Amino acid sequence: MRHIISILMENESGALARVANLFTARGYNIESLTVAPTEDQSLSRMTLVTRGSDEIIEQITKQLNKLIDVVKLVDLTEGGHLEREMMLIKLRAERTQREEIKRLVDIFRGKIIDVTDTSYTVELTGAASKLNAFVEAVNEELIIEVVRTGPSGIGRGPKGLGL
Amino acid sequence: MELSGGEIIVQCLKDEGVEHVFGYPGGAVLHIYDAIFKQKDVKHILVRHEQAAGHAADGYARATGKPGVMLVTSGPGATNAVTGIATAFMDSIPMVVLTGQVPTPVIGSDAFQEVDTVGITRPCVKHNFLVKRLEDLAETIKKAFYIATTGRPGPVVIDIPKDITDPGVKIPYHYPSKVRMRSYNPVVKGHLGQIKKAVKIMMEAERPVFYTGGGVVLDDAAKPLTDLVDTLGFPITQTLMGLGAYPGSGKHFLGMLGMHGTYEANMAMHETDVLIAVGARFDDRVTGHVKQFCPDATIIHIDIDPSSISKNVRVDIPIVGPVKQVLRDMLKVVNEGENNPKNQALKQWWEQIEKWRSMDCLKYDQSSDLIKPQQAVEVLHKVTKGDAYVTSDVGQHQMFAAQFYRFDKPRRWINSGGLGTMGFGLPAAMGVQMAFPKAEVAVVTGESSIQMCIQELATCLQYELPIKIILLNNGYMGMVRQWQEFFYESRYSQSGMSVTPDFVKLTESYGHVGMRVDKTKDLEGAMKEAFSHKDRLVFLDVVVDPAENVYPMIAAGKGHHEMYLSPGSELV
Repeated sequence: MRHIISILMENESGALARVANLFTARGYNIESLTVAPTEDQSLSRMTLVTRGSDEIIEQITKQLNKLIDVVKLVDLTEGGHLEREMMLIKLRAERTQREEIKRLVDIFRGKIIDVTDTSYTVELTGAASKLNAFVEAVNEELIIEVVRTGPSGIGRGPKGLGL
Repeated sequence: MELSGGEIIVQCLKDEGVEHVFGYPGGAVLHIYDAIFKQKDVKHILVRHEQAAGHAADGYARATGKPGVMLVTSGPGATNAVTGIATAFMDSIPMVVLTGQVPTPVIGSDAFQEVDTVGITRPCVKHNFLVKRLEDLAETIKKAFYIATTGRPGPVVIDIPKDITDPGVKIPYHYPSKVRMRSYNPVVKGHLGQIKKAVKIMMEAERPVFYTGGGVVLDDAAKPLTDLVDTLGFPITQTLMGLGAYPGSGKHFLGMLGMHGTYEANMAMHETDVLIAVGARFDDRVTGHVKQFCPDATIIHIDIDPSSISKNVRVDIPIVGPVKQVLRDMLKVVNEGENNPKNQALKQWWEQIEKWRSMDCLKYDQSSDLIKPQQAVEVLHKVTKGDAYVTSDVGQHQMFAAQFYRFDKPRRWINSGGLGTMGFGLPAAMGVQMAFPKAEVAVVTGESSIQMCIQELATCLQYELPIKIILLNNGYMGMVRQWQEFFYESRYSQSGMSVTPDFVKLTESYGHVGMRVDKTKDLEGAMKEAFSHKDRLVFLDVVVDPAENVYPMIAAGKGHHEMYLSPGSELV
């Protein structure tokens, strides 16, 4: 099953490498990983998407918790949560296709953020599944480039993952 | 007090109570070595290879319970140390490893003797640090000792660029007495509710077994373990790493379990209804095939490391906490006693165990003129009155030592269980002997293993370490040969080790006493003579039966109840 694990960790050099290293060393898979500093400069927030059986996910969270730089973590998929990913996608958009692409972008509530005679660059935000749906909806031959951030996640409700 | 980085390191070690540092100098650590030269409190032991510095610091830690400390230079110094670090990591040994690094401004430029030490050691340390500012040095060292020695112990590496130790730059010195880390809070107490729940299940058990490991030794929990086991009257088996915590001659001890465990221990594991695992990690050499592991048991697991619980085998009652405290609390709950053990059922259980025991699974041919390796260990036990520190390397000799030297005290049996590092024994013994200069320290080794760190004979001479090396010389990598005999139709591919130096002459050339014995009737005399040299290192080359194998043996992929007991025997 797919799990989104959100990690609060010391903003130390090498902290990211420790997490990545743990996954390769123990043979766990990482689907995506995003990391950036938080409002507290000494902390980074990481969102990690992985797949595995309940036993494997339990080990993953335990092993992550064991890393000295990890302050706290939560498996977001255990409760209500929000997941957002951003995609930048560059599409071939020539005369005949321009209108249809524009309509598709509107349906997905995306934005065209760069335009040339022959192309559109679209910004799209949402859950990973929505981005996948957009990519599938577009004619494959029109896709020039796809850039995705990987999901970031946050729990629902007033509580936060903090110190 | 204003000190340079090099001086700060030495002062921190003093303040931490470190008496011995095992190491080897080089370019990146010259400033530190200069600071060592100028003082007398911290004694430096110069090894002959950095791997040995690791094992020596490790052996020191295992024997004393205090963190071992090593110091090596950058590049090859650090890479040579990796085997020592990984060995300590796998067995959760507290160690602080100081490595030199090229100066900060040239890091990343492929400078001379530069290697990414933090990167290379990351998977085999509990934690590691690169010190980037002199102001952080003392606190980093404090953190390293704190992390290494608390929770589940382990090695911590501190990588120190040369400019940080510059004697020309001095800052005020302050060594923090405590550190607090928001990201690191090891559990200090096991949950009483879980303990009570566990005791309740234990009291209902009809066929209980204690299965205990290195965690009991590491937490100095031998006393509460022994008290608990004897109070309950339950049988106990110990892992390779746990030997000595409960006395080997104790009446409830079934012997070691696992691949080369005793018949009674493994059968008891297979038949048990309540397994009490303490400070053990369900290693594959212990469990055999996990699908067949303790099929009928409710499993209680006490461990300081939450990630050990349900890692390999699903656990029913987990208790996360320091084993010493948990065992003490458990004993208290037992003694306050709302329930009693099921004595009638236990009596039947013991009768069953005695039946298994009567198979006498460790028997071997004692009439042979060729010395049997088992006998050599038994004679060693007799001559040292079972009270020596015994280190070993890895292979058949290690198993024979574990099976036949019945360790009655914890921290006496010192071997590389997790990583299985050949070359561990001699340098580990150096660490033990440095810690306990008057103690009898024996290395049980093989002709293949000993050659992996043989250069340390020079270190032993320099520091007058009267170690006794008992070489069980069978002319093979015995365990490799055994597997090839069993599973590769005796195709002994590259496992022969008949070309060795004359160990007697070699030892003599290093300035020690060398001896050889090759007849059973001369064995005890030779062993006594070896130990009569109180102040000398003696290397006793014991020529043993090359065909002897380690029994019992659980074949790979089999359960505890499927063992080979003797040559040519079927699975029982």
